[in-house]
Amino acid sequence: MVFNLQTLVVMVLASLFGLFVGAVPGLTATMATALLVPITFFLPPIPAVAAMVTATAMAIFAGDIPGCLVRIPGTPASAAYVDETYRMTTKGYAETALGVSLVFSVIGGLFGTAVLILAAPALAAAALQFSSFEYFWLVLLGLTCAVFVSGDAPLKGMITLFLGLLLGCVGLENPAAHPRFTFDSPDLLSGVSLIPAMIGLFAVSEVLRFSLDANPLAAVSRQVGSVFRGMGAMIRRYPVQTLRGSSLGTVIGALPGAGADIAAWMSYAMSRRFSKEPEKFGTGHPEGLVEAGAANNSALAGAWIPALVFGIPGDSITAIVIGVLYMKNLNPGPTIFINNPSSIYAVFLLFIIANLLMLPLGWLCIKVASRLLRTPRNLLMPVILLFCVVGAFAINNSPFDLWILVAAGLIGWFLETHGFPIAPAILGMLLGTMLEEHFIRSMIKADGNLLAFVERPIAAGLAVLVLLVWSVSGWLGWRRGRAAPRG
Amino acid sequence: MARLGDAPIGAAFLALAGAVLWHIRDFPPAPGQPYGPALFPGLIAAGLAVASVLLIASAFRSGRRAAAFSGNAGEGGDPGSAGLAGPAARRWLPFAATVATLIGYVAWVDRLGFIITAFLMLCVLFAAYRVRLAWIAPVAAVSTLVVHTAFYKLLKVPLPWGLLSGWVW
Repeated sequence: MVFNLQTLVVMVLASLFGLFVGAVPGLTATMATALLVPITFFLPPIPAVAAMVTATAMAIFAGDIPGCLVRIPGTPASAAYVDETYRMTTKGYAETALGVSLVFSVIGGLFGTAVLILAAPALAAAALQFSSFEYFWLVLLGLTCAVFVSGDAPLKGMITLFLGLLLGCVGLENPAAHPRFTFDSPDLLSGVSLIPAMIGLFAVSEVLRFSLDANPLAAVSRQVGSVFRGMGAMIRRYPVQTLRGSSLGTVIGALPGAGADIAAWMSYAMSRRFSKEPEKFGTGHPEGLVEAGAANNSALAGAWIPALVFGIPGDSITAIVIGVLYMKNLNPGPTIFINNPSSIYAVFLLFIIANLLMLPLGWLCIKVASRLLRTPRNLLMPVILLFCVVGAFAINNSPFDLWILVAAGLIGWFLETHGFPIAPAILGMLLGTMLEEHFIRSMIKADGNLLAFVERPIAAGLAVLVLLVWSVSGWLGWRRGRAAPRG
Repeated sequence: MARLGDAPIGAAFLALAGAVLWHIRDFPPAPGQPYGPALFPGLIAAGLAVASVLLIASAFRSGRRAAAFSGNAGEGGDPGSAGLAGPAARRWLPFAATVATLIGYVAWVDRLGFIITAFLMLCVLFAAYRVRLAWIAPVAAVSTLVVHTAFYKLLKVPLPWGLLSGWVW
């Protein structure tokens, strides 16, 4: 079923497509999946699924490449550690950073696949028991992590998080469907589009910063050597991190609503918190990259667990995939394991092949991409700006999104210049709506009784976890604040 | 580059939080339940206000009052009057060109079409970033056509043709 010429050709073409989309800032893995939908019309079920599985796996890995080379995440899933990889590049370890991205993407992807194959029904059953109460706490935990990743400026991270949350409030999507902060603009009724805002905050701001740089030909030193050199040592050095990142990524992926992006954020934050050398994070240290790089690829496979078993998307990619599965008469749900087991096992096999294919094709992509470094930056940056503008337009074909791009670019540049981390703003925009929705839904269920948020055991556990994280980081921040003036 | 200190930025965010709290007063309640559309923006704005106050406080607590108002008191000079002649203006020119081409692209792409607007945008930016003169037009033309082919032909993004609509290919 899998090892026929058509499926294999489709997988190689989808890989190249995924690598291109992932490596171009502003094009996301979700967009790659959406763009594949018209093509899957013309394909039999298994090659159709193969195209989507391969393209997304490649895109999530390739998203690390521009982050590493020019400090622009190729996809949101790479945003968590883009500073880290870029620091490694400026230190001359670009190929180590890319090698870690590639190797641990493959490991994470294979780990997630193994869990998908072995534990799919059990894990999905646990996640299915979650109600809006549990989701509320989970989203809150994700938001807390946004401030974690902001590193040494938690207060400033908190401010940008609040700004992102405010932006997420814009539009009609709220309990009374009241047009909040739309200022009578019909374009704002559906809210501030996330992708154009993200391209603006992460990419346009970078071009603006470059335009003020005195040196247009920023010399980026390169480490000479193989991408794979030293990777065995990395695996031996960070086995716990690899396992932790892969496991967390799979679990986050399997939980509906959270995908590769949040998996990377949470893993990076977790890696930093548990590291023996947390002070090295953000200075070009591979540890967090190992963990988060494995996490975002394992989340891809994890997201398929609830998608296949219950027809509930684990992330935005599987939301599209489920539509295609229905189109191909592979209706997801518990019965698919009984009625169509060969297709299910074919899907499992596709995941394994896609992740193994990533090693040679990803290596090839890195070899081509590192030429970016030798391109003069004053030629590269205007072209990147053009990619940003076209990419922002491509998501919704909406001219209004271009204004969001410009505004977000200026805001991002201003905030970053003044030491405000911009990443929490994106997470705020992403999760704000979700948090409110789960809160309101819970309150309708509980008839306004706030105690309902801690009455269910899992919800109570998550609540304790959130409070624990808050008090511990609050205490650490207070202690640091007191120590600073003396030191 | 001249930078603002944390105190004025914190004050601006505090003002924003105040404006949001003021604005959400007239939000209608959700029918039949205690938590309406004003609740979340209100909580967020309150959080933003608290964080802004903490930021202002920490800016002052960090000792140097001057530093609270200007991020780099040592470098001196304010960005507005940093001199329109001389090196400062030359340094801000590429930045101004970047913002101007971005806005120009968004404003004119429908009328002029993608190919013309993108070509002009790249030319202006290459010139502002001091690319060698002989390279500007050819690199801009090739990049425009590559981006157009990738997005219009391969990814089917409906980039506008504008003035060139008679020559659609």
